[in-house]
Amino acid sequence: MQMTDIKHHLTDALLMGYAAGTLPEAFNLVVATHISMCDDCRAALAEFDAVGGEVMMGADSAEMAEDSLTATLNKIANAPAATKVRAQSSGLFPTPLQDYVQGDVDAVKWRKIGGGVSQAILPTSKGATVRLLHIPAGTAVPDHGHRGTELTLVLQGAFVDETDRFGAGDVEVANEDLNHTPVAEAGMDCICLAATDAPLKFNGFLPRMVQRFVGI
Amino acid sequence: MLTLAKDSTKPDAAVAMGLYSPEKPRLSGVARTKRLNQTDTAKRMMWVAHVTAIRDNEDREAFAELFAHFAPRVKSFLMKSGTSPDMAEECAQDVMATLWRKAAMFDPAKASVSTWIFTIARNRRIDILRKERRPEPEELPWGPEAEPNQEDALALQQETSKLGAALAELPEKQRMLIEKAYFGDLSHSEIAEQTGLPLGTIKSRIRLALERLRHVMK
Ligand SMILES: [Zn+2]
Repeated sequence: MQMTDIKHHLTDALLMGYAAGTLPEAFNLVVATHISMCDDCRAALAEFDAVGGEVMMGADSAEMAEDSLTATLNKIANAPAATKVRAQSSGLFPTPLQDYVQGDVDAVKWRKIGGGVSQAILPTSKGATVRLLHIPAGTAVPDHGHRGTELTLVLQGAFVDETDRFGAGDVEVANEDLNHTPVAEAGMDCICLAATDAPLKFNGFLPRMVQRFVGI
Repeated sequence: MLTLAKDSTKPDAAVAMGLYSPEKPRLSGVARTKRLNQTDTAKRMMWVAHVTAIRDNEDREAFAELFAHFAPRVKSFLMKSGTSPDMAEECAQDVMATLWRKAAMFDPAKASVSTWIFTIARNRRIDILRKERRPEPEELPWGPEAEPNQEDALALQQETSKLGAALAELPEKQRMLIEKAYFGDLSHSEIAEQTGLPLGTIKSRIRLALERLRHVMK
């Protein structure tokens, strides 16, 4: 599943948040999916995990209960054996995403949201939402700004917006300053995984109506 | 590396650490850092051997030593993240039990034992405090050799030693923010709220700290 020509990577803040365990679940899913495709970010994450380990070991220690070790050995005696490492995905979606879809791309329950674009919201905890977007080749996603942060990871095809071109494996990190119109490149439909920590605000009347109905 | 060592050779600090006394010739910054890292790396390799002993021989003595060293840190980490002492105790035990059960999956060419335990503790924290799933990246395919290469393992442990030393030598303000980011279960904007520092200041201090750490890791 590793991609070799990824140009747009995760930011330090996202990698650190993922390592620290402070990102909302929806963002974690995009981060874990990108890392499944990107060796550079996998290596960077290893460093942020290591920082966490050193921070933990550098702080003071708490006193353990008297029977703590015995209690732990009892837990070990009663615990089931650890599960084996999962096989790699052979489909389009890396395994963390397949866990949320409960299958590969053919298992997604798409819903049309207008302009030929379809989406499927994936179940995560509150605080942020994540959805799959299917944008037919050559089609634009309605022009929209952001109130919070939006992460968009390309899984198939590519899109172009005012800032750059994003191909498979690339992730765009957009904040409230960015008002953009992503357009799927001709040739292949574009499938993205997009997470946001605030509702999208669409510019223009019709998309706003759509937004009210589909709840994004 | 050099600049960091220079910062840390203040005589009083070095005396306090028992690194030199006025009668003995003073070690240069580079030599001193090297020696510190060697001891620290040796310790890390020892913990790796402990985990291997659990994997191969279900060695309870090795486990007891790992437990004594790491469990109190895990408990403290969980308490600082907002877990009650009882819950933190329970979870620290769970984390250590996971270490035993997953000993065969530990790869010292990819992580120090401290890093590995941290990731287990972090995931447990997300589990209990947020009751959320934690999506994990797809595993890399296994290499041809079942046993990790000793040289790779040593190199990784050395790098983590350097990282630990660099973290300890960060300016207080930068280190505090890094700790808050990892301990507090706080986003950068929540840290801003809590510390009263502007978000931009927090981001730039963390960035500075990361630059320093990276400089050392190279
Ligand atoms: Zn990347």
